[in-house]
Amino acid sequence: MSRHQAYRNYDYENDLDEFDGQEAYEEEEELSPEDKAQMEAGTAQVRDALGPQTSKVTTAQIQDALWHYFYDIDKTVAYLVTKHIASPKAAKSAPPQKNKGEVASKTYHESSKHFSFADFFNDMPWGNIPKHREGTFIAPLYPRGGLLGGAGTPGKPSKLQQLALARKKKAEEQKAGNTDQDVQGTITQLSQLSVAQDLGVNEEGKSISITGPSSPDPTPSSKKPGLGTLLADRKRKVADLGQVETPPVTKSSPEPSVKSPDEDPAPEPAAPSAFAQTLLGSAPSAPKPLPKTSYQLPYMAFTSSVSEAFSGPSPDDVVLSAQAKASNKKLASISSKKNGGHDTKINQASEGVKAMNVDDAPLPKSKNLNVLKEYKNSKAKKSVSFIVVGHVDAGKSTLMGRLLLDLNVVDQRTIDKYRKEAESMGKASFALAWVLDQRVEERSRGVTIDIATNRFETDATSFTILDAPGHRDFIPNMIAGASQADFAVLVVDASTGAFEAGLKGQTREHALLIRSMGVSRVIVAVNKLDTVGWSQERFDEISQQVSGFLVATNFQLKNVSFVPVSGLGGDNMVHKSKDSAADWYTGGTLIQELENSQPLARALDKPLRMTISEVFKTTQSPLSVVGRVDAGSLQMGDALLIQPSGEKAYVKSLEVDSEPVDWAVAGQSTVIHLTHIDPIHVRVGDIVCDLKQPISCIDTFTIKALAFDVLMPMQVDVHRGRLHAAGQILEMPAILDKFKGTVLKKKPKVVKAGNIARVVVKLSDKMPLEAGQRIVLRSNGETIAAGLLE
Amino acid sequence: MQLVGSKSSQRLNDIGEGSVTLLPVEPEDMWHANNLISAEDVIKAHAVRKVTTESKTGSTHSERVHTDLTIRVTSTFFDMAASTLHVTGTVIVENSFVNLGQYHTLDLELSRPFTIWKKNGWDSVATETLKESLKQDKEGTVAAVVMQEGVANICLITEYRTILKQRVESTIPKKRAASSDQNSGMRRFFEKTLTTLMRSIDFGKPRPLLLASPGFVAVDFKKYISEEATRKADKTMMAMAKEATVVHSSSGHLHSLNEILKSPEVLATMKDMKFSKETRYMDELFARLRKDDGRAWYGVSTVVKAVNEGAVGRGGGVLMINNSLFRSLDLATRRKYVALVDRVREDGGEARVVSSDHESGQRLDALGGIAAILTYPMLGLDDDEDEDEGDGQNGVIEEPDLII
Repeated sequence: MSRHQAYRNYDYENDLDEFDGQEAYEEEEELSPEDKAQMEAGTAQVRDALGPQTSKVTTAQIQDALWHYFYDIDKTVAYLVTKHIASPKAAKSAPPQKNKGEVASKTYHESSKHFSFADFFNDMPWGNIPKHREGTFIAPLYPRGGLLGGAGTPGKPSKLQQLALARKKKAEEQKAGNTDQDVQGTITQLSQLSVAQDLGVNEEGKSISITGPSSPDPTPSSKKPGLGTLLADRKRKVADLGQVETPPVTKSSPEPSVKSPDEDPAPEPAAPSAFAQTLLGSAPSAPKPLPKTSYQLPYMAFTSSVSEAFSGPSPDDVVLSAQAKASNKKLASISSKKNGGHDTKINQASEGVKAMNVDDAPLPKSKNLNVLKEYKNSKAKKSVSFIVVGHVDAGKSTLMGRLLLDLNVVDQRTIDKYRKEAESMGKASFALAWVLDQRVEERSRGVTIDIATNRFETDATSFTILDAPGHRDFIPNMIAGASQADFAVLVVDASTGAFEAGLKGQTREHALLIRSMGVSRVIVAVNKLDTVGWSQERFDEISQQVSGFLVATNFQLKNVSFVPVSGLGGDNMVHKSKDSAADWYTGGTLIQELENSQPLARALDKPLRMTISEVFKTTQSPLSVVGRVDAGSLQMGDALLIQPSGEKAYVKSLEVDSEPVDWAVAGQSTVIHLTHIDPIHVRVGDIVCDLKQPISCIDTFTIKALAFDVLMPMQVDVHRGRLHAAGQILEMPAILDKFKGTVLKKKPKVVKAGNIARVVVKLSDKMPLEAGQRIVLRSNGETIAAGLLE
Repeated sequence: MQLVGSKSSQRLNDIGEGSVTLLPVEPEDMWHANNLISAEDVIKAHAVRKVTTESKTGSTHSERVHTDLTIRVTSTFFDMAASTLHVTGTVIVENSFVNLGQYHTLDLELSRPFTIWKKNGWDSVATETLKESLKQDKEGTVAAVVMQEGVANICLITEYRTILKQRVESTIPKKRAASSDQNSGMRRFFEKTLTTLMRSIDFGKPRPLLLASPGFVAVDFKKYISEEATRKADKTMMAMAKEATVVHSSSGHLHSLNEILKSPEVLATMKDMKFSKETRYMDELFARLRKDDGRAWYGVSTVVKAVNEGAVGRGGGVLMINNSLFRSLDLATRRKYVALVDRVREDGGEARVVSSDHESGQRLDALGGIAAILTYPMLGLDDDEDEDEGDGQNGVIEEPDLII
């Protein structure tokens, strides 16, 4: 063999291991002075911690433990308590009675059930001896002990027994009730135990041999007493000890040669040797050794301190509880020290489980609130959202910018900054609109493109503004906003010519749309009235025309109010107009009218539905969605379903009005921070819904629609809130009566404007839809129908 | 499509008469072939067939053989996107590789001639289709991108059909305080659309490009293309940006194409194309339906009634039939429609077979595939139809307020 191979086969690890061990040992041998000092201090501390029980442990034990735990006092104390003070294994601290305890329990077993000779031979491989040839064992006459009968059988007690009983009573009286009850409880339990002791030797002989010389009272061992007597003996002895004030035996007792009963192995029948097997054949399988079912309780008669040790949970209990709450590291570690190797394994396993949990981000915890109750109890301001609609350039954004400025939501400085920037672009009058028009495109073109949301609060109400685009190309965005609104502010341009243009244009379409989206309350802000010198005639004329077409679009006049305002100047917005020309107006300001408006009824107890209007990333969570909760409620930790992707997500946290909250209910504009979902599954227009009652995704549906234009089988854009998709009218099964809902005509070829018809629409893709939702159908840039899904 | 010398097809004459051999040269021809070939026709074409031979010992050996097969068509399948046509049928002429009655699916290929023989002769619609397919003066196809924020449909408009090449979807952050987010989102969307456009449509030779959107998306996209072209110094992209026309559409969905096709920009470049006339007829039809003047009707039964009355005739009568109806596997149905077309032509009206794969065809499809503009108003054509339908939808009592 070459040298190479010798090196290759050289087991470094083995040597290294050995070396480590050696080193450790050497270190142990020589304690450094610092170590010694530390040890001294540690020992003193441990003794302090142990208090009265210090006597039960030796200094050497303390120091060993300290060394082992690197001077960790707490751990050392815990170890010592469990190992030496509480444990029955505490051989060193055990009083000599312990020996007797063992004897006693043995005697107890044997006396309660007679030893059978058949059992004696139960591990004998009898070979294949036929049954009839097997001999029967006749038990020899058993020498009947004088005190047989025990506590269970009230026979004639011997004199000694009577004496013992008397003494026992006396002792019991002296003893603390608590310990006594404990012991009594154990006794009764013991008497219930059916004992099948499989091994028996002449117990008397054994007990004598075991009884140590240090035993102060040899009498009981010479007898073969029943359980009761024996226990009585113990008690008496304890009492005696207490009376005589025997010094604690702990220190003086030498290490007994007798093994502690726990370690006493159950006598198992040995497997037959190979020789025996060849000789006698395989052992019959029948006589399996019975498992040890009885417990040896050598500590029955121990001092009160020992029984106190059992008032706490047993080591096994500790292990079990440690297993149960694997997360409780401290408890687990204590139990592992106490119970040795086996428990360490369990501990490792629990540690492993913990490690796995760490890999997977924990699910957000739910507080399991009753959200509806919380909502009722909360004294929050009513939250109302309104949409600002009107023809393009009617001054919607400017009006809202002015409102926010006057309410100090935006400061004058910001406006001044905007004004400067706007002037440089040649659009000075747009400065107020820039509060809401934040996109570069919107500012450069001077046109609102998307819905802008902003918030402000008055004393009673918290408002959400939805500033809608007026341009007809962005009506889908306006529909998205209208679906979130409780009421609407219709801005009408009062300047000459502009009003008439608006009435033909988006003023009318917007009014139609908000009505078909379920908005019934409208505040008409007659804007730019300053350009016509606050003419009351103009105001009345406009009011009349607008109320005319609002009634035609099924608004009720009691829900319509008119306010003459100037968005640019801020007249009649928050404060009354200072212009004397406007004195004729005696009604409320815009903000007063806003406050008079009540939110729509919220579907609080319905399953959760929320249309996502925005999706974005934050530092707080990789995926956050914004939307108004359409129905139902949600809280932190809830599992949600995102439709149409059908993916599950969890609510990590919630925000309402930029305040973190625990729950949110219908009607609130909510930011949901989601976890456990890939952002790819969440898009604007998707629906967040209840996991248990999800919204279904369908591609063909029937709506009961009011036609604004001629309907025929044609291609349409289907809008539902933020969502819009391409679709096609498949058929129109019926024209319905406007008020009674009865079928007027079946299968019409065309449905004319103003009619209500049942329309079957097929979508190119599946969309999350359910009955009761409001749908708008558009075609070629015009709204052709709107209605309710059936 | 080219008509190939009829010598080779004469061999088919022992089966019957009236065969033509055609050579498809461009993908569009496959679409024509699809319109030409109907069930029960006989097709002879080049085929690749796997032939498995079993030797005496039982071992099998299979090989691909190139052969000419003649089949009687049972069904056709046209793959829009790939422009390939699969014709399935039973073999009617035996050769050394195939037996009579075995099934085979022919994959018609470009530049490989095939012969078609119509069992029931060439009717008027079939000959018209054939004539159309043989037209040589092909206009260039137009590429179009119909877009809105976050959605772009890239399609090709040919004379006979509109092909959706690719759909680009991308999420764009909505309006939040940080508007930079949105700008980058928009840029990402443009980038994605542009690369997809370059990949799916060949801009090697200049072709018109239409960019349509509501709002400013198309304008911005055009600007983006020219910016990118200058940045990358890409000649084709520069040409693209130059050729691009921005058209307004009301939405970014594909069906907005009909608005685009009506736009003056498109009509100027493509006014001679077949579809532009059809689009005009469709618009007229819809306008008349809107007016409900009794001169526009749709649906098979009503149109058949009107045609039988002679209402679709000289002086403005137009019958529009989707060519998908002629692809009917049922011969009787096809005959019925052909008879309808013939009747209208006899009466002096105009019969248009509208391409179902085109925008106007899809609009017609929604109306049931058949519609007519009558020369004089006829009212109540659909009345008797109502009578035979007695489903009990009536009597839903609802709240006295407006029901929606």
